[in-house]
Amino acid sequence: MIEWQALALSLKLAAWTVALLLPAALLIARALAWRHFPGRRLLEAALALPLVLPPTVLGFYLLSAFGTQSALGRAFVALTGHPLAFSFAGLLAASLVFNLPFAIQPMQRAFEAIPADVRPAGACCGMSAWGIFTAIELPLAWPGVLSALVLTFAHTLGEFGVVLMVGGNIPGETRTIAVAIYDRVQAFDTRSAGLMAAVLLALSLVAIGVAYSTHRRAEPVRGA
Amino acid sequence: MAPDGRLRVRLAQASPIPLAAGFDCAPGEVLALTGPSGSGKSTILRCIAGLDRPRDGRIECAGELWLDTRARMNVSPQRRSVGLVFQQYALFPHLTAVGNVLAALGHRPRATRLARARELLASVHLAGLEERRPSQLSGGQQQRVAMARALARDPKVLLLDEPFAAVDRVTRQKLYRELAGLRRQLAMPVVLVTHDLDEAAMLADRMCILHRGRTLQSGSPHEIRTRPADALVARLVDMRNVFEGIVRFQDASARRTRIDWHGVALEVAHAPQFAVGTRVAWTIPIGGIVLHRRDRPSRGEHENPVAGTVVECLALGDDTTLGLRVDGPAGLQLTLRVPTHVADRNGVAVGVRAGASLLAEAIHLMPWRDPGEEGQARDGTAGANEVG
Repeated sequence: MIEWQALALSLKLAAWTVALLLPAALLIARALAWRHFPGRRLLEAALALPLVLPPTVLGFYLLSAFGTQSALGRAFVALTGHPLAFSFAGLLAASLVFNLPFAIQPMQRAFEAIPADVRPAGACCGMSAWGIFTAIELPLAWPGVLSALVLTFAHTLGEFGVVLMVGGNIPGETRTIAVAIYDRVQAFDTRSAGLMAAVLLALSLVAIGVAYSTHRRAEPVRGA
Repeated sequence: MAPDGRLRVRLAQASPIPLAAGFDCAPGEVLALTGPSGSGKSTILRCIAGLDRPRDGRIECAGELWLDTRARMNVSPQRRSVGLVFQQYALFPHLTAVGNVLAALGHRPRATRLARARELLASVHLAGLEERRPSQLSGGQQQRVAMARALARDPKVLLLDEPFAAVDRVTRQKLYRELAGLRRQLAMPVVLVTHDLDEAAMLADRMCILHRGRTLQSGSPHEIRTRPADALVARLVDMRNVFEGIVRFQDASARRTRIDWHGVALEVAHAPQFAVGTRVAWTIPIGGIVLHRRDRPSRGEHENPVAGTVVECLALGDDTTLGLRVDGPAGLQLTLRVPTHVADRNGVAVGVRAGASLLAEAIHLMPWRDPGEEGQARDGTAGANEVG
């Protein structure tokens, strides 16, 4: 049977990740696309690291960073009264980190594709920086922004290694649907595992479908 | 600072693109910034618009101070009232023609914007195409949208960055006529950046010649093309006949000057500023050289006559351009242009002997600088009239 609690937790984690990553990724992606600052390439490489790092390795480092031995972990305990590791907050923090490339790279590509003089043209039309962002940049980049959000959402639902390392398997707190599937397989409950896997598959298909269809619909405009 | 509507620009920096430019432009005047690629034309335009910031400079327009690096003031592009037509137009690809123009009408009352946008599009002959996206418009139509968008802001200065470079020849001719018609209605200074001298001469009241970010000479297109300040300007405005000589004779009362050009004595336009014995550069427009008739003597043949051999004969439509290697050890080559039918009637062809007169009043003397100096005139070498 489907563990609704785990599915709800996964959806909640994915929603929070998308909500928090959206503004941060927009800022970083724009900066990487247009600004030239020292260490830009290094930052780009560092942000791509979660793509190639084994999830267990990333999870291990995050767990070390979240533990009470680290300054970050201690600061979190001092602030909230409970530890970051093996908590939903810790899971969310980890999720934000491992989703960085999935959120930033499609947005960066989209911003880079905006013709160079279009933003200065906005300024010469008297539009404010915010006006240029909302009326020019976002409409031109939104297929990339949307696919970044969809990718991030789907990827969060499916992430397993980092979640298990950082969050463990606490029902209602850190037991996501991916962990639940693994758990069910370990318990030879293949029927439940199969059902939940099918749910994840369906969600992922919908997400990819949305991402692809927006890209195709946006193409005639981009070709301008 | 009187609000006389003038644009006054002074810019200086060493890097990344060297600049040492200064010019003024009056309301209603079209000033062409002309120079080769990389001479800093577009950078200057972007500085006026506030998109680039020079190291040192001062820009004022219509009595407003837009940039004064000494006072650490730099008004943002949004608060400078400029209309800028970008080289590739930089239209907003996701907006329609009317949407593009509306984007620059934020300063007008909301209720009046749409009507104004349509009016502007109509004024550039785009009525009926308001709802098209840039990708659905031809190059010439896109340029007109860009022009309407630039004017939409009711700018205090209109800046045109190579606005005709991205369209085909036929469209360009049409757009020239349109701009010439439009400019009568324009009350603001207009700065046109172009590398095309003919374009500048046709559209501009004044030209400013730029080289490596430096303004070398400003003046009317005719003045610059007949009386360049020095050999570098002469080369930049594509004068073919640039040579050197030595002043041999000055007569203030008779208003006559004579120079020696590698053994040939030439009467030139009176130039009292050069003392006898001074080495000078000199130039003559292609039209200032008259081919002698071969069948019988013609009037004016006594004026600076030279004889030589035709080494180049290039017929381009109604005109034929000739290269004439002048007799003598220096092997100097003059370039002149004659109507094609004249060339035909005289049997002019490569290898034929010919005579020509250099009209004294067309010969313009310029200060000579050491050929080692940047971009200076040289002659008497193998290339004969190669310069710089």
